[in-house]
Amino acid sequence: MIPAPFDYYAPTSLAEALTLLQQHGDDAKILAGGHSLLPAMKLRLASPSVLIDINKVAELRGIKVNGTVEIGAMTTWSAIEHHTALAKACPAMTDAVGLIGDIQVRNRGTIGGSLAHADPAADMPAVVLALDAQIHVEGPNGPRAIAAADFFTDMLSTALEPGEIITTITFDSHGAGEGSAYAKFPHPASRYAIVGAAAYVKMENGQVTACRVAITGAGPKAERQPAVEQALIGTDGSADAVAAAAAHAGEGMDMLGDIHASAEYRRAMCKVYTKRALLRAIERAR
Amino acid sequence: MTTITVTINGVRYTSEVEPRLLLVHYLREHLNLTGTHIGCDTSQCGACVVHINGVSVKSCTTLAVQCDGAEITTIEGLAHDGQLHPLQEGFWEKHGLQCGFCTPGMIMAAADLLKRNPNPTDEEIRHGLEGNLCRCTGYENIVRAVRYAAEKMAAAQAAD
Repeated sequence: MIPAPFDYYAPTSLAEALTLLQQHGDDAKILAGGHSLLPAMKLRLASPSVLIDINKVAELRGIKVNGTVEIGAMTTWSAIEHHTALAKACPAMTDAVGLIGDIQVRNRGTIGGSLAHADPAADMPAVVLALDAQIHVEGPNGPRAIAAADFFTDMLSTALEPGEIITTITFDSHGAGEGSAYAKFPHPASRYAIVGAAAYVKMENGQVTACRVAITGAGPKAERQPAVEQALIGTDGSADAVAAAAAHAGEGMDMLGDIHASAEYRRAMCKVYTKRALLRAIERAR
Repeated sequence: MTTITVTINGVRYTSEVEPRLLLVHYLREHLNLTGTHIGCDTSQCGACVVHINGVSVKSCTTLAVQCDGAEITTIEGLAHDGQLHPLQEGFWEKHGLQCGFCTPGMIMAAADLLKRNPNPTDEEIRHGLEGNLCRCTGYENIVRAVRYAAEKMAAAQAAD
């Protein structure tokens, strides 16, 4: 399969990429890892007349870990997966990235590309929601930060404005008593999430004092699970408390149903995978 | 048209290509390097895996223009001086193929795996080849072939 023709630009700086995007407007698409966009172009589901390849923009790559974790938008999954300081600072991120696609997909796919695409079955939206991450973007009106909670607006839709490019993703490193985890039921062929759950917990004096849970794959977009979070905060984080809290997973969400998993089955799996992610996060927090 | 210069299996090529040309079509149709196969054409089967700057990627999901200045290795570049690469030998010895369609991609993915993990467990081999589909073998002999290559490469290194 061959994509429709397009003009190709490979800028080497963010400023140059933003100018090109400004010039070409709606006709242009940003090419990051290309593992969602190029397949869509081959199937002619997308036919941009201009492709702006930002793989040569070195300033958008890299991982910094201290009190805050900062990941450049063009950092590949494989660079994230093998970053040892990051695995300590935020194990949910490492859990999730190791489960994306396969090795060759992880060698090309990028965190910024995935977030901008906002596939309803992608793993990363649930992770950034559970980590309460900030998504930093730059556009014609300068830089701004978008909270993950405000970023995903609908299926394949985000709060990115025309002309904006994601630059970095930041979130806090875990401190004492904090833990996180990601658990998913992958589609056996594509490895996309049929249901994926990301969990973050904070434990103080044997009690859960903070908790964030988000689910992807089940509905049109990844969503936080406030009923689960509220049910777990104030408990001792025991297996019983987790099971009781996880029973609220998927509440109020529109469930997708398809040939791979019915809506009813996805709703049941939301509870199962939320429980698994929470148990792991609590174990890491203790 | 865009001019690209790439080094493939040690040979430099300069070509005029359309931006929409996929790397796999460039290899097969422009350079007649037909060892790299097109299987699913939807980034799932791994038949088209090649190495770009030493990293395994799916050449059906990469544009040729993106490879300007890159070093590419395909299945044709693995054997040296008439000597099969230990992975090629392993697939031969352990009967790691039936129809052979997935084999070039399997070997290129396995080569990347052994570079990062020279002594993988069977579990790690299976995990490392999760991006490659084989519809004939049931994978048993493929895992044996990769293990054979790992052992042979370790023995060669110990002898050095």
